[in-house]
Amino acid sequence: MRNGEAAMKVGYFPGCSLHATAREYEESLKAIAPALDLQLEEIRDWACCGATSAHSTNHLLSVALPARTLVLAARQNLDRVFAPCAACYNRLASAQHAIEHDKKVASQVESILGASFGHPIGVLSIAQLLSEMTDRIRSKAIVPLKELKVACYYGCLLVRPPEICRFDDPEAPTSLESIVTAAGAVPVKWDKALECCGGGFSLSRTASVVRLGRSILRSAKDSGAQALIVACPMCHSNLDFRQRAINRSAGDDRPMPVLFISQLVGLSMGLDPVRLGLNRHFVNPQPFLSTISAGRVEHREQA
Amino acid sequence: MSTSSQPLALSAGTPHNRSLSAQILDVTGLDPARCYQCGKCSAGCPMASEMDLKTHEIIRLLQLDMRERLLASESIWMCLTCETCTTRCPNVFDPAAVIDALREIVLRENPGLVPRRISAFHSAFLDQIRANGRVFEFGLVASYKLRSGALFADVDSVPGMLARGKLALAPRRIEAIQDIRRIFEQCAMERPR
Ligand code: SF4
Ligand code: SF4
Repeated sequence: MRNGEAAMKVGYFPGCSLHATAREYEESLKAIAPALDLQLEEIRDWACCGATSAHSTNHLLSVALPARTLVLAARQNLDRVFAPCAACYNRLASAQHAIEHDKKVASQVESILGASFGHPIGVLSIAQLLSEMTDRIRSKAIVPLKELKVACYYGCLLVRPPEICRFDDPEAPTSLESIVTAAGAVPVKWDKALECCGGGFSLSRTASVVRLGRSILRSAKDSGAQALIVACPMCHSNLDFRQRAINRSAGDDRPMPVLFISQLVGLSMGLDPVRLGLNRHFVNPQPFLSTISAGRVEHREQA
Repeated sequence: MSTSSQPLALSAGTPHNRSLSAQILDVTGLDPARCYQCGKCSAGCPMASEMDLKTHEIIRLLQLDMRERLLASESIWMCLTCETCTTRCPNVFDPAAVIDALREIVLRENPGLVPRRISAFHSAFLDQIRANGRVFEFGLVASYKLRSGALFADVDSVPGMLARGKLALAPRRIEAIQDIRRIFEQCAMERPR
């Protein structure tokens, strides 16, 4: 554990979503980093990890695209790369795993990239990164979130598969709970923390995403949670942006605010909700913010 | 079909003189015969209720070498690669990796079998990466719509996305785009139609 030590520097791979539909995720990460003495050094000229479309169509491509990013990280003398998107994290960690354990693919990819792999790169999810900083989070938490009940949602890829992640428990994980507890919130027990949100099917099989979101949101609401805490831009989009369609299909109009875990940590530090990008959500976060007297955001209703 | 001499994920050779299981073993190192059909994979699969072939049934057809039925099934395109099955298999088998390998075989041998919306999405997504090195979501959605014919899905969400600053209107290309183009060429990309 690096808790309590001096400044931590990690490589930073934002991934495509954090520069577009999940801007608020990056905004909140950049807002909390200084308070946590965390230096995020972006990988210069990083490219897309290839996501589902690469691994569903061409295994070699699905290793080569993220492997290029790992080579760039080594050139920047970074030992560890943080990927805030759970899907990017899975692709980068899977590529690193292939480089270390699949000699045939590793040598094919080296020849494709025209580069050789240097030292192994540790790939970190947001759950791993913030778990190392719970002491700092606790010491910076000045806004009491005491009564706030939250459901921590891991989705499918944050702790799975275990031989790639080598972190937390793949069936009963606790890392997100330890982080929100450090921030002062109260994690609820619920049963859909690891169910898949439908991931990349948002466009191509929207009905599946609505079906999966329905059971996740119903369980979160029934658990008494006041907000759902996520750690992935796809989970956020499927549960926030698609929530109106999900609620309509369920005949259940109770809104459930969906926050990135970095936004919750930022709120506990007393940061302005607008700096944390809470004005960019589709589900109005104001009732939730008012509960903790966290100030106001201008919210537009979804057309 | 690409005729690149670069190594493909699958070894060359006429596919039909080998069993599908042998092909899978070749690509993934996983022997489908190992699966003892306990069904735990299907029990936890989030897409099981929509699949005509459940996860363990996909593996069963592989064991029986029922190539046509299996490769024509939409189910292999419904897998979300959520890794639940792989995490839970008591037999340390990896159904998610096997399904990925099956998709790759379909793309190489009979890309017409890929459901239109799925193939439109993957083509649009990979074209974004090839063109810019990153995915430009506005372009992705537009290109997906044209390819899939789902022209009017989600049009009402564009103003909401714009108002929230969530849509960039112009792509930003990475500097070393030639790296990405080379990666695509050398991986002998078989593009879904
Ligand atoms: S869980 Fe494993 S052994 Fe059981 S049916 Fe599925 S793949 Fe076969
Ligand atoms: S990886 Fe695919 S087959 Fe396995 S549980 Fe997830 S959706 Fe089902």
